[in-house]
Amino acid sequence: MSVSPTSTGQQPEILDVDRIQQVRRDFPILHELVHGDLPLVYLDSAATSQKPKCVVDKIVEAYEKYNSNVHRGIHALGDRMTTEMESAREKIARFIGASTAEQVIFTSGTTMSVNLVAHGWAAKHLRPGDEILLNEMEHHANFVPWQMAAQASGATLRFLPLTADWQLDLSRLDEFINSRTRLVAVAGMSNVTGTVHDVPRIAAAAHAVGARVFVDAAQSSAHGLTNVQDGNIDFLAFSGHKLLGPTGLGILYGKPEALEEIQPVFGGGHMIREVTKSGSTWADLPARLEAGTAAFVECAGMGAAIDYLESIGMESITRYEHSLLELAHARLSQIPGLTIFGPEVAHKGAIVSMVHEQIHAHDLADLLDRQGVAIRAGHHCTMPLHELFGVAATARASFAFYNTPDEVEKLASAIEKAIEVFQRRSLRRANRSL
Amino acid sequence: MADRLDELYDDYILDHFESPYHCGKLECPSCAHADKNPLCGDQIRLELKLDGSTIEEAWFQGRGCAISQAGASILCEHIEGKTLEELRDMQGQDMLDLLKVPLTASRQKCGLLAFKVLKTLVYAQDEHESDLPSRPVSIHPR
Repeated sequence: MSVSPTSTGQQPEILDVDRIQQVRRDFPILHELVHGDLPLVYLDSAATSQKPKCVVDKIVEAYEKYNSNVHRGIHALGDRMTTEMESAREKIARFIGASTAEQVIFTSGTTMSVNLVAHGWAAKHLRPGDEILLNEMEHHANFVPWQMAAQASGATLRFLPLTADWQLDLSRLDEFINSRTRLVAVAGMSNVTGTVHDVPRIAAAAHAVGARVFVDAAQSSAHGLTNVQDGNIDFLAFSGHKLLGPTGLGILYGKPEALEEIQPVFGGGHMIREVTKSGSTWADLPARLEAGTAAFVECAGMGAAIDYLESIGMESITRYEHSLLELAHARLSQIPGLTIFGPEVAHKGAIVSMVHEQIHAHDLADLLDRQGVAIRAGHHCTMPLHELFGVAATARASFAFYNTPDEVEKLASAIEKAIEVFQRRSLRRANRSL
Repeated sequence: MADRLDELYDDYILDHFESPYHCGKLECPSCAHADKNPLCGDQIRLELKLDGSTIEEAWFQGRGCAISQAGASILCEHIEGKTLEELRDMQGQDMLDLLKVPLTASRQKCGLLAFKVLKTLVYAQDEHESDLPSRPVSIHPR
């Protein structure tokens, strides 16, 4: 699928270097020095995004001015905090294209959202012979819960093959989606290759056989590539912390009829209608799936994050990030010995995972860190994908709209420097042993 | 900054990474154990040949970053001739000292992987000797 942002109908603002410098001033952490004296080049936003000051301020404001439990206290603070939380729910619903706020369930993160559907829906509804369609590119969070649900229900997991350039092989969709398929779980965007999947096409094939579609939007949501109306998605999950928001807050979106089918996995306060000695009945959505005290302060922070993103414009963000990606691909592919895992830039979002023929990914990340460049190395919670890569670990640089072309250049020159140091050392050692 | 870069690829680490000591298999190991660092995928398999309680030979196989592989090489060289009793007293900090390069907390896991494998082997030997049922770890005493 080629990458195009979800259109808002308005002319998007062009994010130029001056505007980005202005944006960067909103993020205090981007001006921190690391290792004592090095300017930070933060290229690990796929792991977690940095937070603008307005989000941090909102959280402090909530704790200092109206901290109080929600949906309970009959007092001014309780009312204010509840309003903040519910207004965040409405903002999030609008942000992803949901028609009502009740379709937005607050969880603790993407992982919890997937587990809610895997244990509360799939494990209860699926029967032996039913099929769940996955693929080997998925994050463990959109993989392991389905394995557990399959084990619990007797359903079978199937894996849609990948193409040689690390996309889903949609030409084989018909072979893998059939009358036994009950669920298709797929990411909006890979957290390793950056591949943006054609969710509407996959969803159409799934819906044609009556299967539900679950989208892991942990990455795609941050890049403006998620609208639940595109493909009439049944379930969608993402985390606040990858979207400028606080940690500990996740979102599960569902179509009303899909959410109604989820059995509560957790029981407790807030999720009940009536409790008696002989049994309990459940509250309406979304409360039914939100047992216990919500992360209400985090919700307020998330509301501020959505406001901030919308003030810049997701369409502008998507376009700008893609321009950084194009620059990164062009520059990094000139470095000898470096291999990038992923499709051409037209089919991916702003993530570059790579290996160098001589330097292990972990060493590369360490050598970059020593130059102030923060990237991630490892399997990025995608062990089956790395099995296909044939390497245990890759080095991943991921970009956000607060990054600059200058930082792309710093990444490339830091990699060149790391290679130079490795090769110089290696050569010196070889000469010494002659 | 150049110093910081050179520090990681210290000659000592690179020597062991590129020309490791006893990288390979033993014909008939007394015991062997393998483990991996689940975060980064570094793998080490350690094979020991014991003469009584003395480590006669230590060999490793593995794949991963320079620190994890050099660490295994350095450890194999260090422990040969030592007794299980001596290895029981060896602490994580002793291993980090052997590596010489300063490591951040996340990279210490790489540097300590071979040591962790060794410790599992040593504890398994203890249990073997005292005839206790073995722990559920993948140990293959021959």
